[in-house]
Order: sequence, then C-alpha cells, then structure tokens
Amino acid sequence: MTEQIDKALAREYEAGFVSDVESETFEPGLNEDVIRRISVMKGEPEWMLEWRLSAFREWLEMEEPEWALVDYPKVDFQAISYYSAPKSMKDKPKSLDEVDPELLRTYEKLGIPLIEQQMLAGIAVDAVFDSVSVVTTFREKLEEAGVIFCPISEAVHKYPDLVKKYLGSVVPKKDNYYAALNCAVFTDGSFVYIPKGTRCPMELSTYFRINEQNTGQFERTLIVADEGSHVSYLEGCTAPQRDENQLHAAVVELVAMDNAEIKYSTVQNWYPGDENGKGGIYNFVTKRGICHTSAKISWTQVETGSSVTWKYPSCVLKGDNSVGEFYSVALTRGRQQADTGTKMIHLGKNTKSTIITKGISAGRSNNSYRGLVRMNPGAQGARNFTQCDSLLIGDQCGAHTFPYVESRNPSAIIEHEATTSKVSDEQMYLCRQRGLDPEKAVSMIVNGFCKEVFKELPMEFAVEAGKLLEISLEGSVG
Amino acid sequence: MSNTQSLLTIEELYASVEEKQIIKGLNLDVKPGEVHAIMGPNGAGKSTLGYVLSGRDGYSVESGSAVLDGQDLLEMETEDRARAGLFLAFQYPVEIPGVSNLEFLKASVDAQREARGEEAITSAEFLKEAKAACKQVNLPVSFLKRGVNEGFSGGEKKRNELMQMLLLKPKLCILDETDSGLDIDALQVVAEGVNSQRSADRSFIVVTHYQRLLDYIKPDFVHVLSDGKIVKSGDASLALELEAQGYAWLQKEPAEDELEG
Ligand SMILES: Nc1ncnc2c1ncn2[C@@H]1O[C@H](COP(=O)(O)OP(=O)(O)O)[C@@H](O)[C@H]1O
Ligand SMILES: [Mg+2]
Repeated sequence: MTEQIDKALAREYEAGFVSDVESETFEPGLNEDVIRRISVMKGEPEWMLEWRLSAFREWLEMEEPEWALVDYPKVDFQAISYYSAPKSMKDKPKSLDEVDPELLRTYEKLGIPLIEQQMLAGIAVDAVFDSVSVVTTFREKLEEAGVIFCPISEAVHKYPDLVKKYLGSVVPKKDNYYAALNCAVFTDGSFVYIPKGTRCPMELSTYFRINEQNTGQFERTLIVADEGSHVSYLEGCTAPQRDENQLHAAVVELVAMDNAEIKYSTVQNWYPGDENGKGGIYNFVTKRGICHTSAKISWTQVETGSSVTWKYPSCVLKGDNSVGEFYSVALTRGRQQADTGTKMIHLGKNTKSTIITKGISAGRSNNSYRGLVRMNPGAQGARNFTQCDSLLIGDQCGAHTFPYVESRNPSAIIEHEATTSKVSDEQMYLCRQRGLDPEKAVSMIVNGFCKEVFKELPMEFAVEAGKLLEISLEGSVG
Repeated sequence: MSNTQSLLTIEELYASVEEKQIIKGLNLDVKPGEVHAIMGPNGAGKSTLGYVLSGRDGYSVESGSAVLDGQDLLEMETEDRARAGLFLAFQYPVEIPGVSNLEFLKASVDAQREARGEEAITSAEFLKEAKAACKQVNLPVSFLKRGVNEGFSGGEKKRNELMQMLLLKPKLCILDETDSGLDIDALQVVAEGVNSQRSADRSFIVVTHYQRLLDYIKPDFVHVLSDGKIVKSGDASLALELEAQGYAWLQKEPAEDELEG
C-alpha cells in the first residue's frame, strides 16, 4: 500500500523545461559593487540605492536562522548570481509585439498566455522572468479604475512617494536574515495601489519564473489598498528542473488601510528536487500585512513545490475590528521539507484571526506547521481560532505542529484544534472497490482533506490548485 | 444444474489473512439472476469471502479459483474487479471526509464507464440519476453534497451503500450484513432496493444473520458458511430452519455433519 502510494507520488514536474533565451547575467558574487550594478541596471534613483546598501550592511551583521525544522547545506551567497535578464528586455519593449516570442512561448507553455485576447477574462498578469518583469497585461483597463499595477522597478520611478512611504513599512529592513538580503538585492516583483473606495475590477496576478542557472530570484511585492478598497491578488511560481539548488528569497508587504480588504493567494510550484532530494528551490520568504481599522487581510497558500520552504505569511492586526486569515495547504513528498505557518499579531480591540492549515506529507518528506498567535495588552475582546490538520501518506514522512501562543490580555479568546490522520487502507479499498484507480483515489482523498482551504481560492485557481495536487500525486500509487 | 453459464464460480478456495487461514475449501456457483443468501455464525469468514473476492490488500489466496463472467477474478486488480461488475456493500462503510458523495460517485461511475470504453456521464444526467437513487433508498438529496459517509448514522451509511449499488449497476452484488442494525422500515428499504434491481443478468450474494430480511428478499438458495466453508445449502426454507435451531447443529463433528448433509 505504502509502496503504491510512493510510486504514485513519483511524478513528473511539468514546468521543468528551460527556455532558450539569451540572457545578461552577473558573475556570481555579492558585495556593494554588485548592489550598485543592480541599481544601475534598474536605473534607480539615489535614495533606492542607499536603502539597498544600508540593508546590505545590516545583513552582513546578521546570522542565518536555524530554528526551523529544515536541514540543508549552508547557502554559499558568493556562488549565486544576483541578476539575470533576457537580453531582449534591454530595450524595454513598449508592447507585446516587441517582446521576444520565446518569452511569450514560455508563459504559454506554463498555461499563462500573455496575449490579452487569449487570457482568462478578468485576470491581469505581471510576468516576472528571472530578474525582470516581461510584461504586465490589462494595464490600461486598470488605469481607468485608478488602479496601479506595474513592476516594482517601474514604480520606483513613477510613484516614488508611494514606494518611499510603504516599502519596508511592514517588513523592516532588518526583520530577518533573508528579508535583509532581499532588501539589498531585490530585482523585480509587483506594485499594486488601489485607490480609496475602489473595488479592483480584475483579479491581479504575478507569475514568477526562474530560468537561468545559478541565479537567485529576489522577488519584492508591495500591495497598498487604500481606505475602503478591495483587491484579490494571486502569485504563481515555477522553475526548471536542475540538479543544483536555487534560491528564491522574497519579501511581500501588504497594507490594508481602514475598511480595506486584500485577498492574497499563492500557488507555489517551484521545482521540488528529485526523489532523492537532489536539486530544487530554496524558498525563503517573508510575507506580512498590516491591517488598519476594520480592514481584512486573507492569505491563502497552496504550497506543493520547493525543496525547502521557510515561510510564514502574517498579519499585524493594528486597527480595532480588523481581521486576519490564513488558509494553507502544504504538500511535501520525496525529500521535500516545509516549515510554514503564520503569525497573527493582535494589537487592536476586537480583532479576529482564523488559521486553517492542511499539511500533507508523503515519501520521506518533513512538513511542519509553525504558528504564533499573540494577543497584546490592548487586544481587548480579540479572538483567534486555529485548526491544524495533518495527513500522512505512508510511514516514512514527518508531520509536526509548533503552535506558539502569547496572550497578554485576559479577555482574549484563543482556540486551537489539531488532528493527524492517515490515508487509510480502508479508504483506498473503498475507492478501488468502486472502480477508481489508486492515483485517482489518493488525489480525491487529499483534495477532500484540503477542501476548506481550496474554497478560499478564487474560482479559476481552485481548479488549478486541485489539478496541481493531482499532478503532484501522480504515480504515488501503483 | 441448468446449462446457463455461471456468473460466479468459486472452486476449492483457500484464503488467509495475516497468515491465518480463514477460507478453507469453499465452493459456490452463482448463475445470472440468482439470489444467494449466506448465513453463518460470527467469525465464520463471511466478510472475509467478500474481501477476498473483491481483492482487498492483505487477503491472500492460497489455492482454488474464482471466475466472474469468464474472467479469472483472482488475477485482477481490485479496481478491475469492480469494473468487471463486482460490487461489495460494506459491513462497516468507511468515511472519506471532504469528498462529496456526488463527486465520489460520479468519479466511480466514470471510471467504470471508461473501462468499458464509454464516455463520461454528463453532470446533469448523473445528478438526475443520483437524485432518483437517493429517493429510492430514502435519503434526502442533501446527502449527495455531504462527505462520503461523513457523520452518517449507521442506517444512513447502509442506505448510502445501496445508493452506490443503484448507480453503479453491477453484475454481482455482495451485500455484507447490510440489514444489521437497521429498523424494520430501513430493512424494507434495503429489500426493495435489492428487489428493484433483480434481473436476469444481475446476481446477489446477501450475507445476513437474520431470516427477517429473507422474508422480503426471497433467495433462490441459502448457504450456511461455517469455519471457512459452506457446510449446508438449501432453498429458502433452510433459513427458517436456521432461525429455529441456530447453527450449532451444523458445527458438530464432521461425521454428524455428513449425516445431516
Ligand atoms: N485482519 C485480520 N487479522 C486476523 N484475523 C482476522 C482479520 N480479519 C478477520 N480475521 C478473522 O477471520 C475470521 C473471520 O472473520 P469475518 O470474515 O469477519 O467473519 P464473519 O463476517 O463471518 O463474522 C475471524 O476469526 C476473524 O477474527
Ligand atoms: Mg462480517
């Protein structure tokens, strides 16, 4: 039975191809000079460079964190290239017609056509390829509504006041080791601004693709939802199949002003490495949002890729009556390791948070939930509900939960539930007795287990996520 | 016996679980359209027989044969046996949280259709059939949306098994104590479910402890399974005899068995 499931899990990674584009790539290495060169490539103003350099100097003083339940050889930061961009992007194509067709083909192969007519209606895409944004679709339509959706490298020029005001305001430069590194060397990502009282007319999404060998990708995303506005945003990610590990260290900051709502969904499918743990992406990510009065931030993540994941999308519930949510599905198989969860920091009165996580472990993987719920003295009447469910497939994998609770307000209510279950022989037998093959049976059982989280995803992506799990589980049963 | 071809033929079957021999030389012949009742004391191996025939992991056949519709069952994967038309209504149906009954049933029906080279059933058509099946087994239509057996009562689980049978339209239905723990109304629902499906090309093996189900489902044959083999076979009147006398008289020394048989 276990053997069958393992076989079913040994799937192909469909996004593992390499695109044949000529790139301009920095020599590996990290120092102030490299940072200056990145800044030059991006044509940045002086203040941006200074910001980077100060972060770099902080980073040099910091230590790599070791508290997560993940085990990997130390990253050699001098062996990584910090900038790579297709040469064809050098002249900044003005329209899609000027974009290298090979780049467009890459996204098409990944199921993300960038030609607006072919796209899912209602979804605008920013496509980031290694260190640059290739194209951002539907910009004019969004501009009509006053919505800004552009590469962050462009926002630095066009909207310096907004960027200066909010960049680093949620995740401070020296928040943690990888965040500080990101501040120093970030290359691209998306910038979103939704004006007061505006409901963003489309779903926004950014698709990150790593292509070049030996490069790190340092994504930086900033979303500001002004008072009473509303936006739903999704990020997706894939990378070629390679024997060497690659680093993706991202920082995402969300600002939800009074009565605003941000829904942020992630479908993470970085290359996970092979069955024996060779290759794969190190996904070290800091994601945090701040909620002002009566604002709401909802994080939903479906994590199926990466060889090592270290990620805790969090909410600072600063304003009274603000709401934070975290819905997560994390699937690990082979030798994958995931240490993921959230932090809900309750500062305001009557703040509310909900955490629902589904960890699925198969093969020899390790899957940990790590979450902090903090009720500060001012969080009168605050509430949290946490539910962590683990599903084990086979008996060589590990599932762990590390819930941390700090309550400094006696009126706050914190509830925590946790379950661990297995895909049982009885369930498999029932499914097969009804004529389902073992692969279908496993993916159906796993999908059922994740249902509470999938229903939080925007419709189009719920289907995608379900399929992704199916692909991830393909071959896990024989 | 008549010269119609058998649907199921079991010959000298020996099977074990966890190295313990449970089925010990069992023979059974079921022709299309027949209803066979299997009765017998607890632990006799009735459920085991269903598991062995359907190919549950962990149940291994030591010797003997089982042929369904000309196909060697024992060589086939569990799912292929189901696709060949074997259905088992479980004594203890298991829950699959979060997977809706409807989704589960449609996937099952589609898997079986695909194996027959047919196209997937349309959602609309399937929903119509599923609703009718709900009605027939007296389950509210809302049960289609609920997780498979999730939080169902004992009786609801049994009726859900029956609903699956109605939708999958198998050739051979094995009902393992589907009547146990049911009140008289539910019992009638089960009986009607079976009776409505009786046809010249569908056969039933009904495992039961109680004569009362057989008042509603008139079996063509009644067998007593004891210690892994069939020790007595007869017509419907055997069930009445068993009701009156219990199984003890069948479980004595071999010599006496032979006398009785
Ligand atoms: N997994 C198992 N491991 C060991 N013994 C088993 C197992 N399953 C069933 N048995 C034994 O096999 C015998 C037959 O069981 P079963 O087929 O359930 O009987 P029945 O359905 O006739 O009551 C019993 O003695 C039971 O204890
Ligand atoms: Mg039994």
